[in-house]
Amino acid sequence: MFLLSPPALTLLVFFFVPLVIMASYTVREGTFGVASRTFSLDSFRTLTENPGFLRLLKDSMVLSLQTSFFAILLAYPVAYFLVFHAGKRRMSLLTLLIVPAWTSYLLRILAWKLILGSNGVLNYTLLNLGWIDEGVPIFLYSRTAVLITLVYVWVPFAALPIFSSLERIQRHLLEAASDLGAKPWESFLRVTLPLSFPGILAAFFFVSIPTVGEWVTPTLVGGVDGIMYGNLIQDQFSRALNWPMGALLSMVLLVIVLVAVMVFNRFVNITEVGAYG
Amino acid sequence: MNAESSVRLVNVTKQFPVPEKGQADVRAVEDISLDIREGEFFTLLGPSGCGKTTTLRLIAGFETPDSGMVIIGGQVANELAPYQRPVNTVFQNYALFPHLTVEQNVAFGLKVKRIPVPEQEQRVNEALELVQMGAYGRRRPSQLSGGQQQRVALARALVNRPAVLLLDEPLGALDLRLRKDMQYELKRLQVEVGITFIYVTHDQEEALTMSDRIAVMNQGEVLQIGSPSEIYDQPVDRFVASFIGDTNLLNAQVVSVKNGHVRLQMGGGEVELPRNGREVTAGQGVTVAIRPEKLRILRSDGKPKRGIQLHGQIRETIFAGPDTRHLVNLENGERLVVLIRSKDVAGKQHFEPGDAVEVSCDSSGPRLLLQ
Repeated sequence: MFLLSPPALTLLVFFFVPLVIMASYTVREGTFGVASRTFSLDSFRTLTENPGFLRLLKDSMVLSLQTSFFAILLAYPVAYFLVFHAGKRRMSLLTLLIVPAWTSYLLRILAWKLILGSNGVLNYTLLNLGWIDEGVPIFLYSRTAVLITLVYVWVPFAALPIFSSLERIQRHLLEAASDLGAKPWESFLRVTLPLSFPGILAAFFFVSIPTVGEWVTPTLVGGVDGIMYGNLIQDQFSRALNWPMGALLSMVLLVIVLVAVMVFNRFVNITEVGAYG
Repeated sequence: MNAESSVRLVNVTKQFPVPEKGQADVRAVEDISLDIREGEFFTLLGPSGCGKTTTLRLIAGFETPDSGMVIIGGQVANELAPYQRPVNTVFQNYALFPHLTVEQNVAFGLKVKRIPVPEQEQRVNEALELVQMGAYGRRRPSQLSGGQQQRVALARALVNRPAVLLLDEPLGALDLRLRKDMQYELKRLQVEVGITFIYVTHDQEEALTMSDRIAVMNQGEVLQIGSPSEIYDQPVDRFVASFIGDTNLLNAQVVSVKNGHVRLQMGGGEVELPRNGREVTAGQGVTVAIRPEKLRILRSDGKPKRGIQLHGQIRETIFAGPDTRHLVNLENGERLVVLIRSKDVAGKQHFEPGDAVEVSCDSSGPRLLLQ
């Protein structure tokens, strides 16, 4: 018996059906004409014969983990300050933190191009300070540039779940820690940090899942060195016009992300963690 | 300084900024002085917003006084952070750490003080046994009932062997039955461990049951400090008299003063009471407090009797378990509540609404209070 509520119907039509269509492309010979109706495992063969594909996937996953790590590292103190020290201004400051996200994503990345470029603000400043002799190219068109830009883009989104988990910690728990003899940093390590773990976990998923398939940022600031798995997928669809290959690469990424979420969910019961405080 | 004093507050004042609209009332305290003795069960009693919790938080170190001194174990503690003070608190909502098990909660204080692990384990077990929670060590707080959480909170504080244990309405969230049981148990525990308990409550019955001494507070001030029976039998003013137990407050006027006694016009008659050292003059308006259980009702027979005697009419009788409350309208319109043992009501002491009666008591029963 199918009881299809409107949300389920929406999911079916706009999410599940496209996915099935996408998956069906992985076993076709080509994109157009007869080839698009011919069964073939060519794309699977290409994937197994070229370790480069999966190496790039691994690199992208590493970059995504690094992005999540640094974004959380930077977002945590911001969220902590807002919750515990910003007093009445916390909501307006939180809004300020998110305001950049209202401007175009492309604009923000282009802005980083101006900062990181060989004639950019960063190189210019370092040159004038005499700390470097010539423009350091690693700033732009590199893996590092992609990392820096992605971290910048995602810090506010990492801050939000951490903010709300910190805000949910009841103040008398911190008083209890202090009362029991814990110095401020011990209170933080033993009470605040573990109780904000659900927020950290949420921030991790917020950042890592979208960034692993990222392709705009590496296109703009990554150069050859900073290319990511998402660029590969995009190339298969747009330039190579090899939709079966593109579809397969997408499905591989999708399966890996899903498995990661499920494994995580298994070990950390998110609903139970969320019930704290 | 008194060598036996455990906690002393000397002229402590704490003001809070004026609360914004919709916020809780100001719980400031004004020029409070207390001297709490070693090993004493001391209760801060008062209505909500009277400053009793603020007083406790000043001792715990969560608040710092604007002026005055907080002295703990002979040492001025004004500048000490909570983690530097030899006191532990049992919080109103227990404040158990939700991410830790019962054992880990109790071990928290020992861990941060770097007590060796074997000793930690031993002390945690002892503390849990003390509150009869030994079998629950591996549970999470969320898996415990309110009463059990209460016990864990108690163990978590006591395991540190504090010089003073602060308890902020610890039984407030429990239901009546459990609360009564826990009252006796807390008292037993306090005697057993011999630690000074400073207990905050708005429940006067709780205060009377458990305390060695009580400080009655209202609007940020301490009105009276004394043993439960002193507070009950000799309230210093209208507030204390009406806050602790049921009481009849009658308006009276001084007719004359002679030596230790004062003659009053009260409830439509004249009575003579001990002056209790109060300075009154003829013509002055005063209040007389009489406990309902100290009054007796007799059928009117017109004969004068010894002691205090007021005339009135039974208005209503209300059965309330062991006692039956009788509401009596006095001749001047004021109303008295008189308690009669329910087992006596069936016999000679049976009254119906409308019966003309005399209400009497010994002259030691009523207490003269200034307005």
